[in-house]
Amino acid sequence: MAEQQTRSWWLRLPVISHLRKSVGVQRVMLIIGVALSSLFVLTAMFAPLIAPFGYAQTSDESGRFGAQMPPSAEHIWGTTVGGFDVFSRVVWGAQTAAMVIILGVVFSIFAGVILGLVSGYLGGVVDRILVVVADAVYAFPGLLLAIVMAIVISGGQSGLFGGIMAAAISITVVFIPQYFRVARAETLRLKAEPFVESAKVVGTSDIRIISRHVFPNATRTMPLIFTLNASESILTLAGLGFLGFGIEPTSAAEWGYDLNRAMADATSGIWWTGVYPGLAIVLTVLGLTLVGESMNDLNDPRLRGRKRARKPGSGQGPLGRSKQTVPTAEDVDGTGMEATK
Amino acid sequence: MTSTIDTPEGTTAPAEKKKPKKQGLGLGKYILIRFLLIFPTIFILVTMVFFLMRITGDPITAALAGRLPPEALQARIEEAGYDRPVIVQYFEYLGNLLQGDFGTTLSTNTPVTTVLVNYGTATLELVFYALIVAFIIGIPFGLISAYKRDQWPDALLRFFAILCYATPIFFAGLLLKLVFSVWLGWFPVSGRTSYMSELEGLRAPTGIYLLDALRAGNWTIAVDVLEHAVLPAVALGLLVAGIFLRLVRTNVIGTLGSNFVEAGRSRGTSEYRLLTKHAYKPALIPIITVMGLQIAMLMSGAVLTETTFGWRGLGFQLAEYLTARDFVAVQGIVMLLAVIVAVTNFLVDIIAALIDPRVRF
Repeated sequence: MAEQQTRSWWLRLPVISHLRKSVGVQRVMLIIGVALSSLFVLTAMFAPLIAPFGYAQTSDESGRFGAQMPPSAEHIWGTTVGGFDVFSRVVWGAQTAAMVIILGVVFSIFAGVILGLVSGYLGGVVDRILVVVADAVYAFPGLLLAIVMAIVISGGQSGLFGGIMAAAISITVVFIPQYFRVARAETLRLKAEPFVESAKVVGTSDIRIISRHVFPNATRTMPLIFTLNASESILTLAGLGFLGFGIEPTSAAEWGYDLNRAMADATSGIWWTGVYPGLAIVLTVLGLTLVGESMNDLNDPRLRGRKRARKPGSGQGPLGRSKQTVPTAEDVDGTGMEATK
Repeated sequence: MTSTIDTPEGTTAPAEKKKPKKQGLGLGKYILIRFLLIFPTIFILVTMVFFLMRITGDPITAALAGRLPPEALQARIEEAGYDRPVIVQYFEYLGNLLQGDFGTTLSTNTPVTTVLVNYGTATLELVFYALIVAFIIGIPFGLISAYKRDQWPDALLRFFAILCYATPIFFAGLLLKLVFSVWLGWFPVSGRTSYMSELEGLRAPTGIYLLDALRAGNWTIAVDVLEHAVLPAVALGLLVAGIFLRLVRTNVIGTLGSNFVEAGRSRGTSEYRLLTKHAYKPALIPIITVMGLQIAMLMSGAVLTETTFGWRGLGFQLAEYLTARDFVAVQGIVMLLAVIVAVTNFLVDIIAALIDPRVRF
């Protein structure tokens, strides 16, 4: 997560450039999003420094924490039914979530983009089959797919590394079709561009065309999809954890699992075990979504330009939403200030 | 939990598929082709789930290992035919599926079809209530948001929509329970009814409790069933409502700026009528298509909602079977959900084609 962001900053400064373009409500949303996302990233990075206790710690020098203790000076957010410190587990949970997102999204970009590039560039039967398979997987409830994958990989529960890998790969499978579609649609569009044709004319090999000419141009929308998928993968991870297919509580802290354990507490009026991990999920997803949404909206003029250039057969734009927002930008836009929507 | 942003992307997928028969074929042919496309989708999912589940080993070892002595385990594996090559099992499974045989659960030893019928209705009921909540919240607020575009009500509603998406169902459920059941005591904490025995005692129950109660003419039970449904329906409905809100907003903003609305305004049509009649109706077409795609999300959501609220439907059972490592049952339920998703997408495409002739060409 952190790496991803800093790297984009050097290269294209996506968030900052968007911030400069934005006005009014849009800017507020983007700023809130960036603030929440940064909070999440920082918490994940400095979890060992922030958390007063370990995620599997149930006692310190002064004895056991005790189960379901209400918030107090020592445990500012109380303790769970298992006797863990809620605040520490929420903080450590950020780290788990961040690791899963990074792995999951990197895997799916890797697999999805390569498949999309090759499939779009080569076309033919392979392309047809891959498209049908991707559509089928895409239509399938993502959480169920993730559950099936989690069973396959770890047989259910597992330790820190195994659990994180299992969650990441489960999430990967859900997201590959999305990256595949985007990369493929872009490749189809680029394939007809003069610069690709001229490369072909001078005898460039297919691999080189794909990697040097098509790839850099086909991945421009990736930061956006990354942000949106990051938020979705947090929800998927939490869903897995909630259903008991996450990571064991002694191996890592995971918000979904903590919520699962907190359900019974809620019935007896114990709110602190569930509300804090839940809020952590909501705020993180909210932050990432706000950043992604704002970027999506602010990118409109560029998407519109691309839409004109698109060939009828090249499938859809990088994000179907552009199709809907285009008329709004053109038609309703009368105030000049609205360019940012 | 499908991302709300990329869903419209899928709406163009059928457009891509029917491209080969571009030169103006009739509705009948479109429906036929679209219908035939259901089968590869289901086939791919069946194949994928089957082989993925088999990678973990045979279901009997998974479910009963440690509970039976190794010899007995081996005997049962052989009896069920799990010692044969996977490919043989696969074709046998496909054959059984075609005959409507989904297998028998290992943990409860009931046919999967029975499980599907018994609990499917509960899920259906839940999804129906949730959709009502989603429509009631999503559409009017979406219209307001579009009309007040870029003003504070719009900002507030958009924020609300994102919040709906960002809140996992089980957390929404936890908060709802905490506030409305535990603190205020308005609604029951979980379950589908407090009159389980009365409802089960009915002759030929539909499994949809509200219908059963109404048929029996028992208003106490009907009210009780509805009271139980409120919180789960809201938890699941809010998630969908957020998506509806945004969809309605974007699409209505698009149509609000078009010439026919302008023309209506110049003739003195009231703003309310412009919004609800002129701008809203053409905006419905993309909304319907996208709604079909939400069915997958609704299914994921139903699993979580049912687990949260102890709503004994397919999702609840799925979680139970997952815990029991009963993969025959899991496979059956997953399969049924895949079929539901494929069929719904088909129906939605047909409806979209009926409403908008452009989709067909």
